[in-house]
Amino acid sequence: MAGFIFRRILWAIPTLIVVSFISFVIIQLPPGDYVTAYAAQLRHSGDYISLEQEALLRAQMGLNDPMIVQYWRWITNIVLYGNFGHSLEWNAPVSSLIWDRLGLTLAISTLSMLFTWAIAIPVGVYAATRQYSVLDYVFTIFGFLGKGVPDFLLALILMWMAFAWLNMDVGGLLSPRYQNAPWTIDKVINLLSHLWIPVVVLATGGAAGLLRVMRANMLDELGKPYVETAYAQGLSERQVVWGYPVRVALNPFISTVGWALPALFSGDVITAVVLNLPTTGPLLLQALKMQDMYLAGSFILILSVFTVIGTLISDILLAWSDPRIRYS
Amino acid sequence: MKTTTIQPMPPERLLELDNVHVHFTMREGLVKAVNGVSYHVNRGEVLGIVGESGSGKSVTARSIMKLLARNAIEAEGRIRFRPKPESEIDISALSRQSREMRALRGGSIGMIFQEPMTALSPVHSIGTQIMRTVMLHRGVGKQAARQRAIELLERVQLPKPAEMVDRYPHQLSGGMRQRAMIALALSCDPSLLIADEPTTALDVTTEAQILELLKSLQEEMGMAIIFITHNFGVVADIADRVAVMYLGRVVETGSVDDIFYRPGHPYTRALLQSIPKLGQAPMRRLRTIPGMVPDPFNIPEGCVFNPRCAHAVLGTCNVEAPSVVSFPGEQSVRCHFAGQLPEEVQ
Repeated sequence: MAGFIFRRILWAIPTLIVVSFISFVIIQLPPGDYVTAYAAQLRHSGDYISLEQEALLRAQMGLNDPMIVQYWRWITNIVLYGNFGHSLEWNAPVSSLIWDRLGLTLAISTLSMLFTWAIAIPVGVYAATRQYSVLDYVFTIFGFLGKGVPDFLLALILMWMAFAWLNMDVGGLLSPRYQNAPWTIDKVINLLSHLWIPVVVLATGGAAGLLRVMRANMLDELGKPYVETAYAQGLSERQVVWGYPVRVALNPFISTVGWALPALFSGDVITAVVLNLPTTGPLLLQALKMQDMYLAGSFILILSVFTVIGTLISDILLAWSDPRIRYS
Repeated sequence: MKTTTIQPMPPERLLELDNVHVHFTMREGLVKAVNGVSYHVNRGEVLGIVGESGSGKSVTARSIMKLLARNAIEAEGRIRFRPKPESEIDISALSRQSREMRALRGGSIGMIFQEPMTALSPVHSIGTQIMRTVMLHRGVGKQAARQRAIELLERVQLPKPAEMVDRYPHQLSGGMRQRAMIALALSCDPSLLIADEPTTALDVTTEAQILELLKSLQEEMGMAIIFITHNFGVVADIADRVAVMYLGRVVETGSVDDIFYRPGHPYTRALLQSIPKLGQAPMRRLRTIPGMVPDPFNIPEGCVFNPRCAHAVLGTCNVEAPSVVSFPGEQSVRCHFAGQLPEEVQ
């Protein structure tokens, strides 16, 4: 097991190097650079910027250097000093922009993932063990509805209902008066009163899909002979179902933990924009639009690191839960 | 429903099935898979149950364990089981999930299945699976259960039982898995072991080893075995008595010798003639039974075997269902012409 983990970690290193390089290159691929976008924005708002000024800006920002030099400068700063560079648009260190939002993003996303699983697994198991029962059909209908209704639409509806009927203050994560206040019980309560909409929105979409997966997996497993063996040992139905087929049916869930991590980080961008959440998704979108390359590059790098770490975690979890993977 | 008074079971009796009917509701209609099966097992005896696929032998066995599929209807009949001389249990009156039934499963009745490859949980070690059963029925702690598991693995002659206990099913060969399966079924010293085609999926050499093992375990532990198979050779090897099933009915029962040397039912005879014998005149084709097993929605009138029977008499066999004719010894035959059939031409 230790050897398995060690090998996996070794493999992660070259993967990360390649990924960081590719992400940097991809960001540079569109024609123009940050200065072009900046100048276009200025002209749009009626300001004027001369070509000389543009050239000066480029020289200051080091945008004229070959791409490989820019990459090297960026990556060595990250690896050696933990410095992700300077956001051109925000004129602030990238790390201060990202880490602020990262905590909240992780909180929302972890919460909604736990919510998703807490709904999807028991409901999926129930629907499979009572296949074609009334409740199974009800869950199926809700599953398809949850999958079919776009997240942002659900977010809009919930916001409207909360605003119009419950007279709640919606959008964002905190009411303005708590924005810069120190953390108190009141602030936490205020946060929770805002948090439920994004959590419900993100969880319903996810749970709807996952409960179908769980139901299908369980139906596959319930028919297998080892389930009958477990019954023949005198175990009760609950002991059999949760002790044997659920253990096997959870494997696909475990192997997707890895993808959940980057999804957590990028969040559901559209939902986040609609709900005006101070998470990472909208910031990444803006950075890409402005070709703010250090910010966008750092985002994508962190995303990739999360993907690699996530995959590593799910590999380890899977090996821990399924001996067939551990030994082959 | 029959209204006869219930006969008390003789003292040596362990299990008695009386007129068991099992039906399945399907989209296409009602399938009557088991139609009035009666057989019994005495303490410490091996009963072989032989029949083609679809004859209802596995379904009957599962109705003893109350492990039938959800669409099954236990229409009629009584199953009585006496794990200890003083306690008689009416299994047919228990519900599938009742505490009493769960105590019987794995505790007093063990079961081995056909597919050793898939009948063990892939994500639990052999030891864990045995330990769960032992802890459930014996109420012992983890350490004692583990000790018991190692002891059981040694008993089924797995090499290095102390290491085997932590192995997973996919690390073992088919024969080893079936041994582990036997250890699991025997983990609480059951008084009855139901073996549902336990050697069908194994190669012939392994089959012989598993049969030897079952025989020696049976001698050692004294449990009774219901051995389900479609292979007469296996029955001759292990069984004391045999019940031959066809289309959800027992057509003939008797001791192994009676069945092999004096088969009374045309179906038993036909089955035996379809097996190659040593010393038989060479160059003769094996006899086959004409026709196919009828489909379960079109069960023939009268004797269910009559369309395929060489001795069928029109007007009798295709009109009236035969009743059971008993012979001295324990042989009984369900045929209109039992005892009147011509001697076999070998």
